[in-house]
Amino acid sequence: MTIHHSFQLWFLLFRTFLKIGAFTFGGGYAMIPIVDREVVINKRWLTELEMLDLIAIAESTPGPIAVNTATFVGYKVGGFWGAFFATLGLALPSLVIIYLVSLVYHQFMANPLVQRAFQGILAAVALFLLSAVTKLNKTVRKHRIPVVTSLLTLLAFILVFFTGIRSIFLILGAGVLGSLFLHGSPKSKEKES
Amino acid sequence: MNILWELFLVFFGIGLFTFGGGYAMIPLIQEEVIQRGWLTGEELLSFLAISEATPGPFAINVATFVGTSQAGPLGAIMATAGVILPSFLIILIIAALFKSFSSNRYVQGFLHGVRPVVVILVLAVAWELFVQKAWDGGHIQWRFLLLFAGLYGIKKRWNPHPILLIIIAAIAGIALYSIGT
Repeated sequence: MTIHHSFQLWFLLFRTFLKIGAFTFGGGYAMIPIVDREVVINKRWLTELEMLDLIAIAESTPGPIAVNTATFVGYKVGGFWGAFFATLGLALPSLVIIYLVSLVYHQFMANPLVQRAFQGILAAVALFLLSAVTKLNKTVRKHRIPVVTSLLTLLAFILVFFTGIRSIFLILGAGVLGSLFLHGSPKSKEKES
Repeated sequence: MNILWELFLVFFGIGLFTFGGGYAMIPLIQEEVIQRGWLTGEELLSFLAISEATPGPFAINVATFVGTSQAGPLGAIMATAGVILPSFLIILIIAALFKSFSSNRYVQGFLHGVRPVVVILVLAVAWELFVQKAWDGGHIQWRFLLLFAGLYGIKKRWNPHPILLIIIAAIAGIALYSIGT
């Protein structure tokens, strides 16, 4: 590939993920169908199977799923700089839009009408949080649940609700315990049937 | 420590320890950001609604928001770079070197351990918000309970887009909190 072609490809990656970043609300999983349409169907950068691999990798590595996706697709298509420009494209709309929101945020929030509106909105946020819990819980229940997992969940519940333990320690601790005791655990239910 | 580096490092840590994306990040952000006095708990959760109504991933939105509030545009760039960098580096390494990373049994074991804990952590945030709003000042806040029950019913029945639900909640909030105040 000539240098000229690489530049074109990087720019195309940048533009594609700029569009994804600018038009996806909710991020994360909400982004996957749109990435699928752009990357698999329109641009044919990945196959359907590679897309499934990508989702598995995005889920099993830390960090925002959207960023994982952009970096992975960018690297597959255009190497290191492909990853760089895809990720930059994804982040740029958020950076600009939220920066602009920040400029008017305090004036906006000082308005008494807005304050009342946000009392209502916080009830909606509580609902969003609960449905996030339900969604995350579904990922847990996709797999057969060994006794160790139930015990771990109970222990986590007690530690979170009754002590001031920091989340980072809890996450790391659970991960290490999982690696040690759950590495032989069954694959997902669907794969077995 | 220089505020720009502090923003970078705090969000680097948040990016590094979030599994499950988006909402799974909130417990970590809450601890780091509130403890430093960068935002109050209510500001963070209000921003969650703003982030739902603006495009882009929550992680980048919240990093930009906190970064701007502490150090202007440079702060936004440093916090965002911080939250992105762990993902970027880890995915590069995996894409280049470990093709079978996600089917590795120890990686799977790690995730089997982490996932239920993340569920509990997000549940705790939801519970804290609910209790704080429903029993504000030691009194039962009937307005909040009414709103919550109404929105829950709407979500169950019609499952509207989150932005529409936010608009409904805002209008209901203005109406209810204007009564008798």
